[in-house]
Amino acid sequence: MELSEHLFRRESGRLVAALTRIFGIHNLALAEDVVQDAFCRALEVWKIRGVPDNPSAWLMAVARNRALDVVRKQRTAQTFAPDLARALESEWTLAPTVDEAFANSTIRDEQLRMMFSCCHPRLPQETQVALVLNILCGFGAREIASAFLTGRAAMEKRVARGKKVLAGATRLFDLSDAEFGQRLSAVRRALYLLFNEGYHGASAETPVRAELCFEAIRLTTLLLEMPAAAQPDTWALAALMCLHAARLPARVDATGELSPFLDQDRTRWDARLVQQGFAWLDRGATGPVASAYHLEAAIAAVHAQAETVEQTDWKAIVRLYDSMMKVAPSPVVALNRAIAIGQCDGPERGLQALHEIANRDRLRRYPFYPAALGEFERRRGDAAAAQAYFAMAASLARNPAERRFLDRRARECAAT
Amino acid sequence: MTQFLYIYRIDPAARQEATSTPEAAQQRMQLWMKWMAELDAKGHLKDRGQPLEFGGKVVRGQKAVTDGPYAEAKDLVGGYSIVDASDINEAVELSHGCPVFLGGGSVEVRPVMKMDY
Repeated sequence: MELSEHLFRRESGRLVAALTRIFGIHNLALAEDVVQDAFCRALEVWKIRGVPDNPSAWLMAVARNRALDVVRKQRTAQTFAPDLARALESEWTLAPTVDEAFANSTIRDEQLRMMFSCCHPRLPQETQVALVLNILCGFGAREIASAFLTGRAAMEKRVARGKKVLAGATRLFDLSDAEFGQRLSAVRRALYLLFNEGYHGASAETPVRAELCFEAIRLTTLLLEMPAAAQPDTWALAALMCLHAARLPARVDATGELSPFLDQDRTRWDARLVQQGFAWLDRGATGPVASAYHLEAAIAAVHAQAETVEQTDWKAIVRLYDSMMKVAPSPVVALNRAIAIGQCDGPERGLQALHEIANRDRLRRYPFYPAALGEFERRRGDAAAAQAYFAMAASLARNPAERRFLDRRARECAAT
Repeated sequence: MTQFLYIYRIDPAARQEATSTPEAAQQRMQLWMKWMAELDAKGHLKDRGQPLEFGGKVVRGQKAVTDGPYAEAKDLVGGYSIVDASDINEAVELSHGCPVFLGGGSVEVRPVMKMDY
């Protein structure tokens, strides 16, 4: 039997959800210990006997038995989930109650409640994202730190602080709470950040990055399974993630170098994800307002529809960025809008739009601002100016792959 | 061909490290699968063997039954396998990629005695 990819990480989130249902969120650390015990045992047995036919069921059975042991040994001294207290006290109801916690539907609901709890307004956004990655996706603090280019110790502290807030609550977020709508926005924002960290993040191209994107999609899909959460904005968020993730295979070219969006081999875009993205965008195209998620998904959809850069409906893209500047203005949105204008109306207009960006000083450390200036200078024939901009961009690069790409651009300008 | 018993001795404290994150457990598991599969593919794996619980009883006569070994011990037998090799040198050679070493453990290689008259 093969070991499926990320099996332990996947199961970790599910097992923690089932166990905190039994033990209560205040015993999160206990739930995590039981999961680690189950993994230890799996490693000891499987390494010699081989992976069983149904490894998930195997791990679940070990965790379930261990949970029964823990409850039997500690129920007089400990309080577990308050609403299960009576059921866990009696031997008649203990086993069925524990089994119920391991049912697929319970696990799904608990994961949702956990997700909402992680996005507590008292927690900074970075902490929310780190908690989701740690508890629901099974990433260790060190792994999160490397994806976020943060020190390991700082990330450990951040995760520990977040867990303290979580464990301080008597129960997980109630999905029928009056604050549901507000909290749902926070969850969407955290998932969006999680996706972006994977997609645009400053850390080097590593497999972990793509994993972050797919985890964000997985959790958004989980959200969509809940009728109250499957709102137009959530569909649009899922759509934009799919449409962006479709491009992941084309982001690195055959030589292993970064391939910028306009140069990508579009035949390598993942057609299945593109299709999924369109389907979800359709589902989300109801309701009175187009959110930033809708607009971003719509822009990605216009790109996905064009077989080449030249066939792209750049006018539509400029219009969508105009709307985006009203809904969620930012210098990066303005930068992308200026690039679209340049594609549409030529390099002179593109440069003008770039120079007119409000708050452009906030882009001064962002390598793709000078890179865009360089690109349009090159196109209008000023190779010297272009080279200087690309060199500046290279000096701002956030990882070796970006630096190599921007250096190459600068050299190409010098050669012409 | 002679049969050799591989006795895997592990440090229970170090195995915590191997499962410190789910991804770490996954990687360690993959190394074991790869190593076992290679032994098998080359026809050396006679019997995968069995893993052993860490605790048990030590019996030194009917009245002398004690608990043990204890999980605090540094090198507990965690399991065994049986391999086929031409001689002890080859059996040692074959153990070299064993992932047990990553956790500070060891492999005891013991020839199975032959029934020769």
